[in-house]
Amino acid sequence: MIHFQQVCKRFENGHEALSDLSFRLESGEMAFLTGHSGAGKSTLLRLIALIERCSRGMVSVAGHNLNRVSRRQIPYVRRQVGFIFQDHRLLADRTVFDNVALPLVIAGLGHREIGRRVRAALDKVGLLDKERRCPVMLSGGEQQRVGIARAVVNRPPVVVADEPTGNLDPELSREIMDLFERFNQVGVTLLIASHDLELISRRGHRVLCLDRGRLVRDTPPQTRDRQ
Amino acid sequence: MTRRVGRANAHTAKQAGMPRIGPLAALHIWLQRHAQVSLESLGRIFSKPVSSLLTISVLGIALALPAGLYLFLVNAQSISEGLDGEARISLFIKENIEETKAHSLAETLNQRNDIAQATLITREQALAEFQQYSGYAEALEALGDNPLPHVIVIRPDASAMQPDAIETLLRSLRADPQVELAQLDLQWVQRLHGMILIARRGALVISALLGLAVLLTVGNTIRLEVQNRREEIIIAKLVGATDGFIRRPFLYSGLWYGLLGSVVSLLLLWLAIGLLAGPVSDLSRLYQSEFTLLRLSLHDTAILLATGAFLGWTGAWVAVAQQLRGMEPR
Ligand SMILES: Nc1ncnc2c1ncn2[C@@H]1O[C@H](COP(=O)(O)OP(=O)(O)O)[C@@H](O)[C@H]1O
Ligand SMILES: [Mg+2]
Repeated sequence: MIHFQQVCKRFENGHEALSDLSFRLESGEMAFLTGHSGAGKSTLLRLIALIERCSRGMVSVAGHNLNRVSRRQIPYVRRQVGFIFQDHRLLADRTVFDNVALPLVIAGLGHREIGRRVRAALDKVGLLDKERRCPVMLSGGEQQRVGIARAVVNRPPVVVADEPTGNLDPELSREIMDLFERFNQVGVTLLIASHDLELISRRGHRVLCLDRGRLVRDTPPQTRDRQ
Repeated sequence: MTRRVGRANAHTAKQAGMPRIGPLAALHIWLQRHAQVSLESLGRIFSKPVSSLLTISVLGIALALPAGLYLFLVNAQSISEGLDGEARISLFIKENIEETKAHSLAETLNQRNDIAQATLITREQALAEFQQYSGYAEALEALGDNPLPHVIVIRPDASAMQPDAIETLLRSLRADPQVELAQLDLQWVQRLHGMILIARRGALVISALLGLAVLLTVGNTIRLEVQNRREEIIIAKLVGATDGFIRRPFLYSGLWYGLLGSVVSLLLLWLAIGLLAGPVSDLSRLYQSEFTLLRLSLHDTAILLATGAFLGWTGAWVAVAQQLRGMEPR
């Protein structure tokens, strides 16, 4: 579902954020992306969402060779990748409902279908009672859940999250991870960047570890020990 | 792995679980969406009434000026066309020609088919008329002898109204040895024609400039709006919005601005016509003319509204296209 092949990303200032990166994430897989701050986690996720383009190598997502995706095609590819941002990136002057509905409005769905799907997504993240609120009236954890609902509302095959629990306390972080696992159970491919090693190791998923732009470790999933 | 937009699209629909819908349902959703976006754009204009009203007034004035100029020219043209039929040739007969001879000359001229009517005004009649109207009665009496010649006033036939034909007619009239002078009283009509022609050119230039002003005004308003909504635009792009989707609300804003601007211009024009109608009808009564001020027809009104809407839409398009180029998600 996600395939990186000898990917290099060099920024205009000459800094090489990713070097010779290769890995493959199969459909329905869930993996964490870890590494020190500045290791290149965000850059990697941004390549998947076509926010950046790689300088060398090949990135393919949901069957699209991203090198061959033209500017005009970008929106259609992005609709297949639900992106969850650390800073939520919600529309501050729109309600929770409108925020979550945005991908569906863009995709051209009808009113009734939009209402149905938005409520289903809000129900999944436990915010059904807050659909008329504006994001500023919500806590950080709730805002993050709105972002998650927006990322999954049009049922994309791939969801990537950039430090989704970065600003949350352990309790909320755990809730959000549980949520991701539930998405994974219905077949969504997930790649989650996080430097919260404790949180990651407890879950026993596959872990890709970056160090200064190189993939230094690829730990396969562990059998979970749930006591 | 080469995929084109169409396939990527279809792929999205399948993978992302988008429902398959018929063309009629799709059209319904499309219309629903456009109605919603256009109303949202209108709501945005009304949500900041002061600045919107200022913008719309500027647009109204910029549109009213060329439209008013157009009306003025249409009116002037209708006057000058009314005057075309008024072309007269005055034939001054030589002093030594007697009245009977002048009479028979008028008779002969009346036979010509490039002349509709030739009327003799004898020197006595002319003097009487002159005394009656000019207030020079005493001066003329002091002169003793009647200094006026016989005059034949000729109304050319409609077929001879073209400048060439009139020229030919004049030449043949001047060739007559009994004629002292043949004078065409058309010059001022021609001058009026000429002035209208120049005015039309000028109006065209002014209209183009004011149209550009409308374009720039709307463009600037929309440019600011795009900048204010920069974050929103980038977020929409991140979740898969096409440029077309992002452009749409701004194009509707431009359309509304243009449309509201032309409504204001219509109000201004009606006001101006209302103020002018009274004095104009007084004036035309004074000249015993049946001239009435032409108003904007339904057709003109529709054109004005459409022009405003089109200019607003175009101005918005240019502004958005130029602004969106620099707005990629970071
Ligand atoms: N637009 C950019 N231009 C230049 N350097 C950048 C840019 N974006 C990120 N970098 C650099 O690339 C490296 C990787 O950044 P990032 O992917 O954000 O790391 P992480 O998310 O793992 O903390 C960092 O050293 C960062 O400074
Ligand atoms: Mg980062």
